Amino acid sequence: MTGELVRRSYSWRMKAAPYVFISPFFILFLIFSAFPLVFSLHLSLQEWNGLGPMKWAGFKNYAYLMRDPVFWKAVWNTVVLMFQSAVPQHVLALTFAFILNSRFVRGAEFFKAALFLPYLTSSIAIALLFKAVFSMRMGLLNFALEHIEAIPLMGAILKLIGLSPPVNWLGKACYVKTAISALLIWQWTGWNAILYLAGLQAINPDYYDAARVDGATWPQVFFRITLPLLRPMILFAATLSIIGSMQLFTEPLIMTDMNGGPGMSGYTIAMNLYQVAFDWMYFGSGAAISWVLFIMIFIFSWVNTTILRGDAEEERI
Amino acid sequence: MIAMDSDRPRSERRRNRALGSTLCAVVVKVLLYAPLAIATLASLFPFWYMIVLATKDRSHIFAVPPPMWFGDSFMQNYRSLVAQIPFWRNMWNSVYITLMGTSLSLFFCALGGFAFAMYRFRGREALFRAMLGTVMVPGWVMIIPMFILMKKLGWYNTPRSLWVPGLANAMGIFMMRQYIASAIPPELMDSARIDGCSEFGIFWRIVLPLIRPAIGAHGLMSFTAQWNAFVMPLVMLHDRSTYTLPVALRSMQGIASVDYGAVMVGSVISTLPVVIVFAAMSKQFIAGLTRGATKG
Repeated sequence: MTGELVRRSYSWRMKAAPYVFISPFFILFLIFSAFPLVFSLHLSLQEWNGLGPMKWAGFKNYAYLMRDPVFWKAVWNTVVLMFQSAVPQHVLALTFAFILNSRFVRGAEFFKAALFLPYLTSSIAIALLFKAVFSMRMGLLNFALEHIEAIPLMGAILKLIGLSPPVNWLGKACYVKTAISALLIWQWTGWNAILYLAGLQAINPDYYDAARVDGATWPQVFFRITLPLLRPMILFAATLSIIGSMQLFTEPLIMTDMNGGPGMSGYTIAMNLYQVAFDWMYFGSGAAISWVLFIMIFIFSWVNTTILRGDAEEERI
Repeated sequence: MIAMDSDRPRSERRRNRALGSTLCAVVVKVLLYAPLAIATLASLFPFWYMIVLATKDRSHIFAVPPPMWFGDSFMQNYRSLVAQIPFWRNMWNSVYITLMGTSLSLFFCALGGFAFAMYRFRGREALFRAMLGTVMVPGWVMIIPMFILMKKLGWYNTPRSLWVPGLANAMGIFMMRQYIASAIPPELMDSARIDGCSEFGIFWRIVLPLIRPAIGAHGLMSFTAQWNAFVMPLVMLHDRSTYTLPVALRSMQGIASVDYGAVMVGSVISTLPVVIVFAAMSKQFIAGLTRGATKG
């Protein structure tokens, strides 16, 4: 009798426990994620400045957005910045992951830590530093460029790519994105390298042994084993990059200004959203921007997934 | 290839191979270490330069040629910093929000991850998917409703508005679940129950001590995310005295000409905690991160 009771109370506790354990997350989630999400969608269909009653606007906010050249400028800037910063980041990160994964490197722990450190530092602190370095009329970078220019062949190359010093990094539209991208590459390469390293380390060494036994060449091993097996991690890292870069805000804000610097060339979607919602108090329009941003992130992620997955299918055939 | 090799006298073959392999090793070493050295320098140089600028006064920061070595104006820049913003007050706000957010988020994430990893219960898959779905939602979609919600709750311009919402951390629960599923054998649950352990007791006394690497990794991630957070504090805080460090440093930029020396002193002091914490536990951290990311 008591045994039965104990057993029943045991099983009841075992059944209830997981729900109790996940409830804090879901309660907070309902209040601070689910509700804001629904409310934001509702808000995007209203005209509202935070005071007084809301006014139904239907799709007017979205329609206005589609015709707003400033918004499209922001979209263009954001997408260009995404490619300009993410592509070098991932190429470099993959390279460093391979190097760090090789058996021949001693002190890999130190190099990993050094590469990863930029990811952990405050975007504000580091963007302020980069701004100082880039905005100096005769700053460190131009100083270095001038010395590089003095080398015979390098001068011609610099002229060819349009970087004859002194370069007015933050004062000219064509250089602003380069300066911002440099900061982003500095900050995010180590993070991606660690992700790729994790991917490389997860590959079962038996595959390599089997390949060696079968007499596979080095490029064969790389293209037939390493790359396909690393693909899920590439997909994951690239998706994170898309989500992050599409929401770019802090770095361009610090390095240019709220209006994106000369020619608005550093003006991103998130800066547009912030300005519309919190400087001008158009909450409805701001919410509409956030949903368009959401949809764009979704589309980019989807395209990225199809490209990377599509290749994998081909390879199997 | 192998057949040709074996036709030659053995000693010559061995000598050639030895010579080739040392040369090869040198080339490989250069190819491996040169990029690593350059990347390490590039990664660390800005930190060093931040300190250099923090010790220079205005005229030296913009001098030609640019400053490369430390100056002696650190204290002068520091006095200028604390005159412009309530620096230590802002520091305290950052510390408070970061500690509250990190410790509670660690607890809830580990608890949630434990439930998803070790129990089979009705609706588990659906709930797990719903939770993961929230990772995809960009923070900017939440920001306007969150602002309105905090005003309604009376939390606007308080630290609460910043650390409470962050506790519902789907990514954290996901990482914890992965780690716990890979590190804790399911039989452990039953043997603990037979020994009279309560369900929460299993979590608190058995699982938590076993998942220290994951706690460390997630703890550092959460710590830096809170410490460096800028967008939410920018929206939620509107007093110089409630600002966190990043917002306070940004506010110094509003003035027509930026006092870079003072800003750099603030940046150095605000970057230090993260660098120190990371230096102390980088090895465990990277190990925990790579393990959590790959399993499952």
